[in-house]
Amino acid sequence: MSAIGLKIPLRSRHVLPGFSLSLGFTLFYLTGIVLIPLLALVIRPFELGWGGFWAAITTPRVLASLRLSFGMALFAAVIDAVFGFVIAWVLVRYRFPGRGVLDAIIDLPFALPTAVAGIALSTLYAPNGWLGALLVPYGIRIAYTPWGVLVAMVFIGLPFIVRTMEPVMSEIGQEVEEAAATLGATRVQTIFRVVLPMLTPTLLTGAAMAFARGVGEYGSIIFIAGNIPGVSEIAPLLIVTKLEQFDYAGASAIGVVMLGASFVMLLALNGLQGWAAKRR
Amino acid sequence: MSKSHAFVRPTDDPLWLKALLGATAIGFIVLLLLLPLALVFQEALAQGLGGFWKAIIDPDTLESVWLSLAAAAIAVPLNTVFGIAAAWCVAKFDFPGKAFLVTLIDLPFSVSPVVSGLIYVLVFGMQGWLGKSLAAHDVHVLFALPGIVLATIFVTFPFVARELIPLMQDQGRDEEEAAATLGASGLSTFLRITLPNIKWGLLYSVLLCNARALGEFGAVSVVSGHIRGETNTMPLHVELLYNNYDYVGAFAVSALLAMLAVVTLALKSLLEWRYADELAAVHRR
Repeated sequence: MSAIGLKIPLRSRHVLPGFSLSLGFTLFYLTGIVLIPLLALVIRPFELGWGGFWAAITTPRVLASLRLSFGMALFAAVIDAVFGFVIAWVLVRYRFPGRGVLDAIIDLPFALPTAVAGIALSTLYAPNGWLGALLVPYGIRIAYTPWGVLVAMVFIGLPFIVRTMEPVMSEIGQEVEEAAATLGATRVQTIFRVVLPMLTPTLLTGAAMAFARGVGEYGSIIFIAGNIPGVSEIAPLLIVTKLEQFDYAGASAIGVVMLGASFVMLLALNGLQGWAAKRR
Repeated sequence: MSKSHAFVRPTDDPLWLKALLGATAIGFIVLLLLLPLALVFQEALAQGLGGFWKAIIDPDTLESVWLSLAAAAIAVPLNTVFGIAAAWCVAKFDFPGKAFLVTLIDLPFSVSPVVSGLIYVLVFGMQGWLGKSLAAHDVHVLFALPGIVLATIFVTFPFVARELIPLMQDQGRDEEEAAATLGASGLSTFLRITLPNIKWGLLYSVLLCNARALGEFGAVSVVSGHIRGETNTMPLHVELLYNNYDYVGAFAVSALLAMLAVVTLALKSLLEWRYADELAAVHRR
C-alpha cells in the first residue's frame, strides 16, 4: 500500500508498524471533514468574480459588522490581557485557600456551552438584571448595545490568556527577580522592568488567541448584542442572516474574509510562539 | 510602629500589592465567571424544583437531550480514533510535511463556528455541490442528524489529536520499538504499551471533546434547520425557549448543560492533579 501521493519508501524503513495505515486514515479524514468543505467555501464567492466578491464585502452593513467583530475582539483581548495577567500571577505566585477552585473555574468559558453563557450574560446585564440594574442609574447600558458584544468576548477570551500565561509564569526562574532585588530594584520595578518584558511574547500569544476566538464568536454574543444591523450586528450573525435569505455567495464572501483572518492569526501565532520560546 | 524583622523574600510581593492583585483577580473571576453560572441555577429554579422538573420532562426537551447525546456518541468516538491515528503517525514516525499536517489538524479551532457550519451547507445544501444529487436519492444531510454530526465533528476535530501528539512525542518510541523487536504484533504493541501510557491523556481529551460536542451551538445552528422536537440539540433548544420567553425552560435546559460543564471541569482538575505526569506537558501544573 502506498501512502497517498507521498514518495517515501514505506517498507522496511520503520521498526514500528502502522505508518501507512495511520497516515492514510489521518489524511483521508482531514481531507473529507476539513479540507474539501473549506475548499467549497473558498471558491464559492468567486462565482461572482473578483468584482462581485469585492462588492459583497464592501456593503456598509457588511463593513460595519466586520468592524464591530474585529474592533471589539481587539478591545476584549486587551482587557483580557490585563486581567488575565493579574489572575495568572495571583494563581501561580500566591497561596491561599480556594485557589484550586478558582483555578478550575477559569476554564468555565471553554466548558459552558456558548448559548448558555449568552442567555446568562444577557439576563445579567439586561436593564432589570443583577448587574444591569446597578448600571442603569449611571446611564450605562450594556445588554442590547455594542458593549454587550464586548462583555461576551471578554468572557469567552479570558481562559486563553490565563492558560497561556500560567505554565510560563511558573517556569521562569525566580533567579532573575532575586538578581534584580539584589541590585536594588524595588519589587514593583522588578515586575515592570524584568518580569513583564520576559512575559510579553507569551502575553501576546494569549491575547492573539483570545482575539481570534472573539472575532469568530457567535453563540454567546447574539443574545446580549441586540443585533441591530450596522450597530451591534457581528459578522458571524450576518453570515447566518444571509444564509437564511439564501444569499449563499454573500454569506460565503464574509466567511472567506473570516477564514482569511483565521489563517493570518494562525501564522501570527506560530511566529509569536517561536518568539516566546526563544525569549524563555 | 515597631520595625518588623521578619524575613521577606525578595521575590515576594509586598502585602499591599498582594492585596490589590488578589482582590482584582478574585473580583474579576466572581463578576465575570461565577455570577453568570449562579444566575443559570437561580433562574432555572425560579419556580421551584417543580417548575424545573416540568421543563425538563417536556417531550421536546427530552428529544433535544436525546439528539445531543446521539450526535456526541457518533462524533466523539470518530474523533478519538482519528486523534489516535494522527498522534501515532506524527509522534512515532518522521515524514516530510509533518509540521504542516499538525497545523492543518489545529485549523478547525481557529475557524468561526458559523463558518464551520457554513462549509457543510455549501457542500450538502440545495445550492451546494452535492445537494441536488442527494435530494434525488432522498438522502438528508442538512437539517437532519448527519449534518449535526458533521458540524460537531468539525468543531471538536483537534481535541484528541492535539492532546495526544505532544504526549506521545514526549514518550518517544523506545518502548514500542523494543516491543516490536521482541516480536509483538502492531496491535498488541499498541494495546499493551502505547494505550496504557496514554490512557489518562486520552481520557482527558475525550472529556473535553465530549463537553464541546454536547454544547456546540453556532456550527450546529447553521446546519440544523431548528426543527423543534426533531433537529434541535440542547443548546439550540435553549435558544428556542429563550426566544419564546420561556425563561424557566431555557434556564432549566441551561442548568443541565451548566452541570455538565461543572462536572467536566471537576474531572479535568482531578486528572490534572492526580495524573499530571501522564498528561501532555502543557496541562501539567
